Amino acid sequence: MSWAPAAPLGADVLVPPSADVEARSPLQLFWRRFRRDRLAVASLFVVVALIVVAIAAPLIVDVLGLPGPDVQNLNLTNYFGGPLGPSWSHPFGVDKLGEDVMSRVIYGARVSLEVGIIGTLVSTVIGVTLGMLAGFYRGWVDTLLARTMDVFLSIPILLLGLGIGAACAVRGCAAGLIQPGLGVIIFLIAIATWPFQARIVRGLVLSLREQEFIDASRALGASDMRLMFREILPNLSAPIIVYATLQIPLNILFEAALSYLGIGIRPPTPSWGQMIADATPIFNTAWWYMVFPGAALLVTVLAFNLLGDGLRDALNPRGAR
Amino acid sequence: MSAAVDTDTPLVEVRDLVKHFAPGGGLIAPRNAGAVRAVDGISFAIGRGETLGLVGESGCGKSTTARLLMRLLDATSGQIFFEGQDITRLKGPRLKAIRRQAQMIFQDPYSSLNPRKTVGSIIAEPFAIHGLHRDRGERKREVQQLMETVGLNPEHYNRYPHEFSGGQRQRIGVARALALRPKLLIADEPVSALDVSIQAQVLNLLRNLQRSLGLTVVLIAHDLSVVRHMCDRVAVMYLGKIVEIGPNEPLYGSPCHPYTGALLSAVPVPDPSLHGRPRRLLGGDPPSPANPPSGCSFHTRCPKAAELCSAQEPMLEPKGSGTDVACHYPLSGEEREAMGVGSSAI
Ligand SMILES: Nc1ncnc2c1ncn2[C@@H]1O[C@H](COP(=O)(O)OP(=O)(O)OP(=O)(O)O)[C@@H](O)[C@H]1O
Ligand SMILES: [Mg+2]
Repeated sequence: MSWAPAAPLGADVLVPPSADVEARSPLQLFWRRFRRDRLAVASLFVVVALIVVAIAAPLIVDVLGLPGPDVQNLNLTNYFGGPLGPSWSHPFGVDKLGEDVMSRVIYGARVSLEVGIIGTLVSTVIGVTLGMLAGFYRGWVDTLLARTMDVFLSIPILLLGLGIGAACAVRGCAAGLIQPGLGVIIFLIAIATWPFQARIVRGLVLSLREQEFIDASRALGASDMRLMFREILPNLSAPIIVYATLQIPLNILFEAALSYLGIGIRPPTPSWGQMIADATPIFNTAWWYMVFPGAALLVTVLAFNLLGDGLRDALNPRGAR
Repeated sequence: MSAAVDTDTPLVEVRDLVKHFAPGGGLIAPRNAGAVRAVDGISFAIGRGETLGLVGESGCGKSTTARLLMRLLDATSGQIFFEGQDITRLKGPRLKAIRRQAQMIFQDPYSSLNPRKTVGSIIAEPFAIHGLHRDRGERKREVQQLMETVGLNPEHYNRYPHEFSGGQRQRIGVARALALRPKLLIADEPVSALDVSIQAQVLNLLRNLQRSLGLTVVLIAHDLSVVRHMCDRVAVMYLGKIVEIGPNEPLYGSPCHPYTGALLSAVPVPDPSLHGRPRRLLGGDPPSPANPPSGCSFHTRCPKAAELCSAQEPMLEPKGSGTDVACHYPLSGEEREAMGVGSSAI
């Protein structure tokens, strides 16, 4: 390995056999491991593509020559008022208002990713912070969190959703903090799911805090904040990432359920969940209306799952492969 | 308060230090019988530049003592002085200042290094915490110099702990402990998790560093042979108490406490011609520290135990052999010979 001139032979012999002299940065190490996992790389491409689609939705729809997602055209429904199936000008067909399904699927990525990612982010930040405090300080902090989680877990979340949906539908509530639509959904996701993340993190922190490297840092003079965020948190990244990746598709489904109940995303803003819900009663005659948003949902869910697995493997330096 | 450091005061002095763990892991240790008496009233002093060995069976309270000295645990009672300053209840920035002076090497080379951090950032952590060597290049140079000092390849700066062997990991721990140039280094069984072939290397490293840096060292071990060649003085612990403490020569040459004698006769003998000598190994396990025996806590396993031993606790005091002993009936010369310990046998 060594081109270094006049390296004394003895020094090389001391180096363990696995050594290569070039030092590798942690990020390079991670990327090197991740790159080897083809499924993970493929899913990363899909996720990136979805994000690009969501951001550039108007541009893409324009380039494809499709009508906007809320352009209704009753000429596109058939004689009985049923929507027409896929055609050259409407590759995914239209819905019963004559709106272009492909256009709506493309725009739907926005809502799905927003709900999936922002909802997960909010509940993860709350759950990780509270779980870490409880696991780290134990005692009364832990007891307080346990009771609080009990309270939150006993909230009938769909009923609350219906209530909030009705109350906030017009002007928003909590001093405008909770806006109807997306805001309500993210709020509901956060209060419904943070206790699960908190519980997982608390358990992990309870065992991590007993590790000797925590004592070593404490002995060096590290503050509690440093111990939690610099020593413990990096060790939680893999489980948090895996859990969050599983949470994203669940949140997307939660959004679908809420939208179905009329609490979530309101038409004309398109969301996959709302489209699937709308398609349910007419599935026998208009399969395309459910199949395309369904497929988009499936691909998204799968991509996030595979990506999470790949990240987990690559972030774990003791990786099994 | 902040008088000039008096070189006559010991670096560390411990008075009547007690640590009881409450049953069920609560925060407050009640004085009732259920508490684990991990450390039960120990007193000793460590001079500057001295190496003190702390020896005893598993569970006798060695690690707890180390953690108390490092202020990783709060003492139930008693006092710890560092350079004459009472640090037992120190908090905040003043505790942080003391932390620069005293560092520790841990028992388990696997759990003592954060698996998510590179070796470079592990060794640089003391600098980050205390705001030293803020310049990146300078910090890296310092870290690589430390790696070289402890016999690691400085090129391995960016590796993770799992890429190193147990012995190398222990060297990483040594480098981290030395980064702040502490006066006191506590090594808690630094080699007990390592292969026998590696143990000597790590111990030699510690001895060389102790000499070249003028460190004061507390070396913890569960058998007397490990500390023998490194220590100036040795303290033998049993069930949270020091039963014998003294300079190397009298302690190994004429051990007085039957427990010290038993530990010494359990030391493996390298010379095959000596294998035929009488061996005494300790029978049974030590009693539970949650419910220690009355009087002398060793009396349940002591061959010399008499009535007095279960009734009255012996004081730790000189018995004429050069060590302080907590025993009513210290070993005589013949008894040492019969056990195959002491200078006559070696
Ligand atoms: N955090 C704790 N809570 C309760 N009991 C504890 C705790 N830490 C240690 N103990 C108990 O205190 C006693 C002394 O433990 P310590 O770790 O000091 O022993 P040791 O001499 O270092 O043993 P070893 O050689 O196995 O490391 C043991 O009985 C142990 O079970
Ligand atoms: Mg120990």
